[in-house]
Amino acid sequence: MQELLQSIAPWLADNAIFTPQTLAQYWEGFVNTVQLVFISLVLGLILALPLSIGRASRLKPLSLAIWVYTWVFRGTPLLVQLYIAYYGLAFIPGIQQSIVWPLIRDPLYPALLAFMLNTAAYTTEIFYGAIKATPRGEVEAARAYGMSSLMAYRRIILPSALRRALPAYGNEVIFMLHASAIASVVTITDLTGVAYNVYARFYAPFSAFIFVALCYMVLSFAIQGAFKLLEKRMLVHLQPA
Amino acid sequence: MKKLLTISLLSAAVAAGSAQASDDNTVRIGVDVPYVPMEYRTPDGELTGFDIELGNALCEQAKLQCSWVEQGWDGIIPGLLARRYDAIMSSMTINDERRQQVLFSDPYIVPPSAWFVPDDSSITGTSQQDMEGANIGVQRGTVQDSYVTDNYGDVANIQRYASADDVAVDMDTGRLDAAFLDYPTGEAALVDEGNYKTIGEMLTEPKEYFGEGFGIAFRQRDEALADKFNQALETLRDNGTYDQLHDKYFGGGGGAPEPASGS
Repeated sequence: MQELLQSIAPWLADNAIFTPQTLAQYWEGFVNTVQLVFISLVLGLILALPLSIGRASRLKPLSLAIWVYTWVFRGTPLLVQLYIAYYGLAFIPGIQQSIVWPLIRDPLYPALLAFMLNTAAYTTEIFYGAIKATPRGEVEAARAYGMSSLMAYRRIILPSALRRALPAYGNEVIFMLHASAIASVVTITDLTGVAYNVYARFYAPFSAFIFVALCYMVLSFAIQGAFKLLEKRMLVHLQPA
Repeated sequence: MKKLLTISLLSAAVAAGSAQASDDNTVRIGVDVPYVPMEYRTPDGELTGFDIELGNALCEQAKLQCSWVEQGWDGIIPGLLARRYDAIMSSMTINDERRQQVLFSDPYIVPPSAWFVPDDSSITGTSQQDMEGANIGVQRGTVQDSYVTDNYGDVANIQRYASADDVAVDMDTGRLDAAFLDYPTGEAALVDEGNYKTIGEMLTEPKEYFGEGFGIAFRQRDEALADKFNQALETLRDNGTYDQLHDKYFGGGGGAPEPASGS
């Protein structure tokens, strides 16, 4: 990155705002945003799989408990959840002396926690909807072959449901990327945070924010493209012949 | 210097705006409340603060009938230009962008910036060595942010917050080792509320960071009115009224900021 910045330095010579220093800041913000979004999506996905199966379970208390969880996290703004995770947790009596304090002290982990629980709630509902929409005949056929519930889930329901959930999940990934723009309120230097800093420094809202909008657009299109490819492969059986 | 986060008090401004200034002796002054200790309300609802008391004293000196009009910060200059009030006295930092729209009085105070640390902090000085590795909290986009970023960015970890209150909260949580804020704000949010102290000197220099100070803003053509205020300000500085007020709000001893020198 350093060499790249050095090599384009002459090209930026006349530019007051986009100096190599500011571009390095934007790069740092880019890395932080991608890292934050990627980790919370992966953790959220891992969490959402068992939760969505539990949500579809006939065991009422389990299904209800998971519904309450998704309802709380989908019913409140992510910003509020982030504030609770960052400022709220720090005021639990005794937490500053406990072993988890180094984690909570760092703004990254409270943000990851809030983002992960939020995306897990949405993903759970997306997967649950897809599981519910599995054609009854497929499930009955699996039963008729003598498959246990577990095997039916593993062989029939999940492979078909997750494929059908793919387009909706692609949207969730892009929403998560855009929602991550609030991370700067807890001092994380993400893309939006850098744009704020550059704006405050040079009083140039258009340059600072349009540039950062382009960065987000590039990321969004990359995600969209990846999901398009994935859908082409995974949903080939649903395409018109 | 001042953030945009105050609730807009439009209704008050609109109500006051409908009243016309009928004769030359009445002056309506726009102010964004609260911004402790510059302008705020006492528990019984009375408007007070350094700006308010100084403003009233100036009006008395200049033999003007003054009233205060509350207006949210976002619309405070448009409100002046739309004649809802005739002046703004609301901790407004004088700068060139604003000069293009309004006429400023002489600066009536240069609010200093100061370092705040917990009472039991191990940080004793404000040099780069003292701040090495420290977590420093600032309000994003303020003059303090620029100053710390340029002077301590290489040695310390700078955390930027949306408001001074957020900085104060994270001083309480222990995430921050030091905060660099505008002195009146930090004094009100940290020293008055908890176990914090200032260290090092109050900073009003260099000007490229800390600006020229707070001024009263008028419409460009109201030069006569601005002159009246400037003269009144000079008189109050000479007869000690200014110093009394200054002592009342910023304390006489130790950490008191220097009164602004005249233009």
